[in-house]
Amino acid sequence: MMDSQPLQQTLDHWSRFTLRQRLMRYGGLMFTLLIVAWALSSIDVIWEWVWDAPTQMGDLFGRMMPPDPSNLPSILEAIWQTVNIATLATMFAVVVSLPVAYISAQNTTPNRVTLWIGRFILVSSRSVNTIIWALLFVAIFGPGIVAGIVAIMFRSIGFLGKLLGEAIEEIDHKPVEALEACGASRFKIVLYAIVPQVMPAFFAISILRWDINLRESTVLGLVGAGGIGMILQGAIDTFNWPEVSMVLLTILALVVFGEVVSSYMRKKIL
Amino acid sequence: MSTDRTSWRKPAFIKNPTLRYGIYAALAIYVVATLATLPIDWDRVSDGMRRAQRIFNGAFPPNFERSGLLIDGFLESLKIAILATVGGIALSVPLAFMAARNISIKPIYFLGRGIIIVARSFHPVIVAIIFVKAVGFGPFAGALTLVVYSIGFVAKLLAERIEEIDFGQVEAMRSVGAGFLSTLVYAVMPQIMPRLVGLGIYQLDSNLRASAVVGIVGAGGIGATLANAFGRYDYDFALAITMVIVGVILVSEAVSGFIRKRIA
Repeated sequence: MMDSQPLQQTLDHWSRFTLRQRLMRYGGLMFTLLIVAWALSSIDVIWEWVWDAPTQMGDLFGRMMPPDPSNLPSILEAIWQTVNIATLATMFAVVVSLPVAYISAQNTTPNRVTLWIGRFILVSSRSVNTIIWALLFVAIFGPGIVAGIVAIMFRSIGFLGKLLGEAIEEIDHKPVEALEACGASRFKIVLYAIVPQVMPAFFAISILRWDINLRESTVLGLVGAGGIGMILQGAIDTFNWPEVSMVLLTILALVVFGEVVSSYMRKKIL
Repeated sequence: MSTDRTSWRKPAFIKNPTLRYGIYAALAIYVVATLATLPIDWDRVSDGMRRAQRIFNGAFPPNFERSGLLIDGFLESLKIAILATVGGIALSVPLAFMAARNISIKPIYFLGRGIIIVARSFHPVIVAIIFVKAVGFGPFAGALTLVVYSIGFVAKLLAERIEEIDFGQVEAMRSVGAGFLSTLVYAVMPQIMPRLVGLGIYQLDSNLRASAVVGIVGAGGIGATLANAFGRYDYDFALAITMVIVGVILVSEAVSGFIRKRIA
């Protein structure tokens, strides 16, 4: 027995946790239960609606069956629009996020002021949801695909810039020093010492964001910013449930397609 | 002078030149074609700039007068997030067992994976609209939405964790003749518990964030308050809400990061 505990005690009785650990675990459990009880008892829910929810949902589902493909051409056109929104917005966001990532990484930023400017751009982009960005840009550009592209772009910059900045912070600094020692210009150092090292991360992050943006752009239409959401909203407003289920099926296909494409690209490129 | 042996050139990203320029050309054509068809109406944009100006003028300074509404909305969001996390995890555990290739049989595995894929595919806002239609406005629709949202994330990652477990303990239990359920409880659960707790805390944080969005389509919480403020052109109140949402999200991110670090 390597333990300092008396041998007798360990043989008599084995327990997985010490008393302190057990108290902590039960305390945590009790705390969780209390919180849940508080939430359940004070939430403003109409319980009659809860009890007949299964019936209501079954009813809605029944109305959705079978899906109605008669409007398929315009649904597919809207899906194509959705793909374009996601792709163009990702491309623009990638271009814009490159300098932002460069100034928000601690080892490449020129000085403290630019570091904080970079950080501020990243945080403000990420903390406002795509839908809220879309509301704003619909007011500026009017309803349509342009507002959607700009909204998705604004949201993606924070994500891409943050992850890319982290990738830049993790690079091996020796190539940079080697090029500096040879007297290379700032631009050449970035091109030959930093870019090759962050290239794989750059592609992986861009593909991941494209995949996320496909999903995000399916809901832009709900606030008037283009894509499949417009058709979905219209179908729901007119209680055209078979068309709703057709749209949902198409979105499902789109998302699965996006996942297949992005996993293929990741394998191909990395 | 590329034939000069003493000069070095960066190796091309894609080796085959035909393929490389083919891909570049296809990309360029796609971008130009889609950009050219974008209906940008510059008159509308300059008009819109004035509207944006009006929104910003209306929004500053943010108005915290109706802080009662703000707090009520947040408490409701918090309750929705808590209940949805608990419900989502309760459903995620059996689903994760179903969707783990090393535990379940083929048909069950495909069923589990299918449910997870469907739950992940739809943006929470779309799910929320459907639930609002099915069970009416309010926090109940929001909680159901976030349950679906939680399943998509927690069950997926938990299933992946189950597939990575050390199988020796399962074999040991089976060799002494333990039943299916006790194998799960004593051989699998202890191995996935830390991940489950971590995922749960992360999901609470992300449910709180999502509950702000699903409220916009009528599923209760702070999002509903925000949508009402926007609809009534109370831009100063809307800005106040947005600022508080951002603040709360930053705080909850910090708290959940701290707890996860302590647990892991």
